[in-house]
Amino acid sequence: MFDYSKVLSSTVSEMKPSGIRKFFDMLQEMKDVVGLTVGQPDFVTPWHIREAGIDSLKDGKTYYTSNAGLLELRCEIAKYLDRRFSLKYDGEKEVVVTVGGSEAIDIAIRACVENGDEVIVPTPCFVCYEPCVRLAGGVPVILETKPENKFKVDPEELKSLITPRTKMLILAYPNNPTGAIMTEDELKAIAEVIKDTNIVVLSDEIYSELTYGRRHTSFANLEGMHERTIIVSGFSKSYAMTGWRMGYIAAPQPLASQMLKLHQYVIMCAPTTSQFAALEAVMNGDDDIEMMKEEYDRRRKYLVKRFAKMGVECFEPEGAFYAFPNIGQFGLSSEEFCEKLLYEHKCAIIPGTAFGRNGEGFARISYAYSIKHIDQALDRIEEFVKTF
Amino acid sequence: MDKILNLLEENATYTVEQLAAMCDRSEDELRATIDNYEKEGVILGYKALVDWDKTDREYVSAFIEVKITPKHDFGFDKVARTISQYPEVQSVYLMSGVFDLAVLIEGKTLREVAYFVTHKLSTLEDVMSCSTHFVLRKYKDKGVEYRVPDVDQRGEL
Repeated sequence: MFDYSKVLSSTVSEMKPSGIRKFFDMLQEMKDVVGLTVGQPDFVTPWHIREAGIDSLKDGKTYYTSNAGLLELRCEIAKYLDRRFSLKYDGEKEVVVTVGGSEAIDIAIRACVENGDEVIVPTPCFVCYEPCVRLAGGVPVILETKPENKFKVDPEELKSLITPRTKMLILAYPNNPTGAIMTEDELKAIAEVIKDTNIVVLSDEIYSELTYGRRHTSFANLEGMHERTIIVSGFSKSYAMTGWRMGYIAAPQPLASQMLKLHQYVIMCAPTTSQFAALEAVMNGDDDIEMMKEEYDRRRKYLVKRFAKMGVECFEPEGAFYAFPNIGQFGLSSEEFCEKLLYEHKCAIIPGTAFGRNGEGFARISYAYSIKHIDQALDRIEEFVKTF
Repeated sequence: MDKILNLLEENATYTVEQLAAMCDRSEDELRATIDNYEKEGVILGYKALVDWDKTDREYVSAFIEVKITPKHDFGFDKVARTISQYPEVQSVYLMSGVFDLAVLIEGKTLREVAYFVTHKLSTLEDVMSCSTHFVLRKYKDKGVEYRVPDVDQRGEL
């Protein structure tokens, strides 16, 4: 008998599947469920962008591009970052086009983290940071953000977690799953804490275009932070291009060049068709972003108002397309609440604990759905909440 | 420009509660605004988009190019308004180019439409000529594609 346990890496075997997955599997077995679970836009990629991808195929552009991605695309990404967020990067040397933001996160972590290096991961957060840190041989150090701080990173708490082994801080704002953002002043306080250290910051700004009421401030824009920041972003959320798998990193050349090596050996280059579509998006897609953002904003306002009406406490999410209502008031654990809601009222939302231990008492609600769909789901939540 | 109009044009089934939340206005204020739009004729109606091809209703529609006899001191309004009176007429537009009015009509059968053109439309005093084009299939109307909506196949992450 072949012994699989002897061939598998213990790091991988011990890795738990994502908590979102687990809930999704339960959901798959049920009928007529109205869910607010998905973490991706409900829009189709705008036609002019899809057409650019199709045209590239018609024109026979089926080759590998250069490892870092089409030079024209990298330069346009640099221009876009300047135009939208006043960030200065050299498209030729400081931008790498990746397979989604996910690959960007992976290569950013692996380029910096090795045996025993500590990486501060504020939770609740997207599910991939911790496993990526472990795979690189690092140690995730969890910083539990607090609801009373609107799930922002507290500088004092950050200070208390820094050790001589701290290599990296992960910042993911606007945040999945909480919808929290961090303002310029709040980020400055973080910069103040790390400015005299040698800590590198992985700033996952994939939702940077989706902020409501104020523009996103990039961490790399703060004084003295550009040199130590790796920006991870991509096309999925802002242009509704999740299936194209288009992301990128922007970082100072000494960092970018090392990540490029990883990307080169593991991926070769991001898919060429997607790169041509992304080129169209980044050059001519600003209006699409605004259109989709306006639509998300309307749903967000409606969602918050309805939660208030049904007496469920929900701090106002200012970014991404998630709300993170407090369901702890009903005396059930997040998982129990979500399971009961699913089995008894056929409505699916994701328990906050899928995103970290301190997600307990909360649930993630995605509003990447039509108002009609959101309304149906909220009716079911309201029914359930009334039973307490 | 008022956002409410865009929202209602996009989806007339939005409730006052939804619209109020989406536009940061009170429900009372919103109701009053909509009432006013209706009074002023800015909002003229609310209808569903029905794909009759998916039902067993007999249905045919045609697009008719109408040329009007040029006359001294003549307004197109009068004849356009007259044509608009027929219940089978769905839309009437004044056009630039080689013909004057575009008329979209609906009927149960081809014969019914033909009868309308030959006996009602072309016999109007000011109508010089008609050119009728039958619609074979509708793909998109009022910004909506006529096909079965996609099932949500998005993955969870």
